[in-house]
Amino acid sequence: MELAKLTCHELLDLIKDRKISSEHIGDDLQKRIQQNDPKVRAYVRGAQPGGLEVSSEIDTQSILKGIPVTVKDNICTEGMNTECCSRILEGFRPPYDATVIKKLKEAGASIFPVKANMDEFAFGSSTENSRFGPTRNPWDIERVPGGSSGGAAAAVAADEAVWALGSDTGGSIRQPAAFCGVVGLKPTYGRVSRYGLIAFASSLDQIGPLTKDVQDCVLLTGIIAGYDPRDSTSVDVEVPDYTRALVKDVKGLRVGIPKEYFVEGIDPEVKSTVEAAIQKLKDLGIICKEISLPHTRYAVPVYYIIATAEASSNLARFDGVQYGYRSREGKAKNNLIEMYTKTRGEGFGQEAKRRILLGTFVLSHGYYEAYYLRALKVRTLIKRDFDDVFKDCDCVITPTSPTPAFKINERIEDPLKMYLSDLYTISANLAGIPGISIPCGFTSAGLPVGLQILAKPFGEETLFRAAYTYEQNTPWHLQKPKL
Amino acid sequence: MAINKEVVDHVAYLARIQLSEEETGKLAKQLEGIVAFIDALKDVNVEHISPTSHILPMQNVLREDIPCQSLPIDKVLMNAPQPEGGFFGVPKIIE
Repeated sequence: MELAKLTCHELLDLIKDRKISSEHIGDDLQKRIQQNDPKVRAYVRGAQPGGLEVSSEIDTQSILKGIPVTVKDNICTEGMNTECCSRILEGFRPPYDATVIKKLKEAGASIFPVKANMDEFAFGSSTENSRFGPTRNPWDIERVPGGSSGGAAAAVAADEAVWALGSDTGGSIRQPAAFCGVVGLKPTYGRVSRYGLIAFASSLDQIGPLTKDVQDCVLLTGIIAGYDPRDSTSVDVEVPDYTRALVKDVKGLRVGIPKEYFVEGIDPEVKSTVEAAIQKLKDLGIICKEISLPHTRYAVPVYYIIATAEASSNLARFDGVQYGYRSREGKAKNNLIEMYTKTRGEGFGQEAKRRILLGTFVLSHGYYEAYYLRALKVRTLIKRDFDDVFKDCDCVITPTSPTPAFKINERIEDPLKMYLSDLYTISANLAGIPGISIPCGFTSAGLPVGLQILAKPFGEETLFRAAYTYEQNTPWHLQKPKL
Repeated sequence: MAINKEVVDHVAYLARIQLSEEETGKLAKQLEGIVAFIDALKDVNVEHISPTSHILPMQNVLREDIPCQSLPIDKVLMNAPQPEGGFFGVPKIIE
C-alpha cells in the first residue's frame, strides 16, 4: 500500500486497526519525496536526503499518533530553520514554537523536519519569489503551483506531505490549493492564533490547513483553532466540534453568486467548470440567487495599499541586529545606518523591496491620507458589501482564481498582472471572513480548477458542510497528478 | 503622481534599503504603474465613511501584570549576528 497517497483520517483508521504504525508513514513519505521532489521542489533547499527523518517519539494515545505535518517556512518551529525563504532570515532557528505548532505537538503530530517553500515573506502568488528557487505544479511542471503557500500545496498534491499548514493574507492558501487541486481553508480572522507566524500584514494574515480532502481540513482546523492569550487578535469564541459539519446535505442552503466574479478577465474554462459545480450543488439542494458585491473592483488596490503598508512596518525588524543576515561589506562594518541599508538591500529580494517601498510610500508624509486612509475607508465599504449579502445568504460561491495555473516566468516581470491572480480571494481577507477552496474539475489541458466558498465570520461549519457535500458527490479530490 | 528616481531614493532611504542604480530605475517604473493602478480608489466616494483598521469589534486587550519566565539570554542571542557579552553587538554609534 502506498501510504503517502492516503489522507490523514485514512491513516488514522489504519493505525487504529493496527494495520500500520506511524513509522511506516515517515518512511513512505521519504521515498516519495526522494522520487518526486527533484521535479516538484516543494521543500526548501530541495529537501536534501538525510534531513527527512520524522521524529520517532510517538504518543500512541494521542489524537494524531505521530503523523507528520508539513509546515510553511514562515511558521516558527523551535530549533528548526524558519527563514521565510529569504536571505535576510538565513539560518534563523526560532527559540520557540508557534502556537499552532505547540497545539499540533500536543495532539501528537510530528513536525516534518524540512519546511515548505513559499514566496519570500509570503509576497507573491506563484512561489517564484523564493531564494530557494520556484516550486513547480505537480499537474504540469512547466507551471507555477500558485502562492504564496505553493510549496505546501504542491507537497500535498504530489503526496510528498500528508497535510500541511500555510498562511493566507490575500489568498495564499486558497489560490495554490486551487492551482494544485487540493483543499485549502483561510479561517475567520481571529479564529487561529498567529503567535509565531512571521508577520506580513497583521490585519489580514491567518494560518490555515492544506489537505487532500475536506475531512482532513476539518480535523486540522479543529486542532489549530482557538483563543490564545499570546495573540491579542485571536478571538475568545468557543471552537465547535467541526466534525459535526461533515454531513452530506445542503438542502435549503441559501447561496449567493456574485455577478462581479464572472465578468471580463475570467478564463472561459474556469467559468464553465465553476458554473457546472454550482449546477451540481443546485441538484443537491442549494437555493441560488445572483447577488452583487459592488466594491469588488476596488479590492485589489485596497489590498496592495493596506498589505504593503503593514508589511513595510512589520519588516522593519529585519535590520541585521537581532537575527538573520548582516552585511559586513565596506562601511557596514563601522556605520550603523550603512549596516541597516546594506543588510536590507542585500537581504531582501526584488518583490520584498517593491512591497516595502510601496508600503513606505503610501504611509509617507503627504500621501498617507490620499492612499492609506482612503484604502481603510474603502475597506469598510467592502466589508459592508459582505455584511449585506450575509443578511439573507448562508454562503457565497465563486471561482477561487480567475485562471488555472499559469506558466513559470509568465508574470514575474509584471507585478500588476501577478497581483490580479488574487482578484477573487483578497476580499475575504479584507472582510475578515472565512473561505475554503475545493477542487471542482479540470481544464481541457488537465489543470485543476478551484471552487471558493465564503461564509460570514465564524461560519466555518457552513463552509465545511457545503464543501463536504460537494466533494462526496464528485470525483475530483480523488484524482492524482502523474509525476 | 509621477514616481521618479528621486521619489524612489527618498522612500528607500526612509525604509533603510540600499538600492543599486539599476534597481532604482526599474522600481521607479514598476511603482509608477502600481500607483496609477491604486489611484482607482480616487473614484470612490468615501465621504462620511469611517476607516476600518481592524476588522473585528475589538477593544484594547489587557491582562494582569504578573511576572513570569522570559526566554533565557542564551536563547535570545542564539540567532544574533554579533552577540557580545550578553548583548546585541552593533557598529559604534557614539564617537
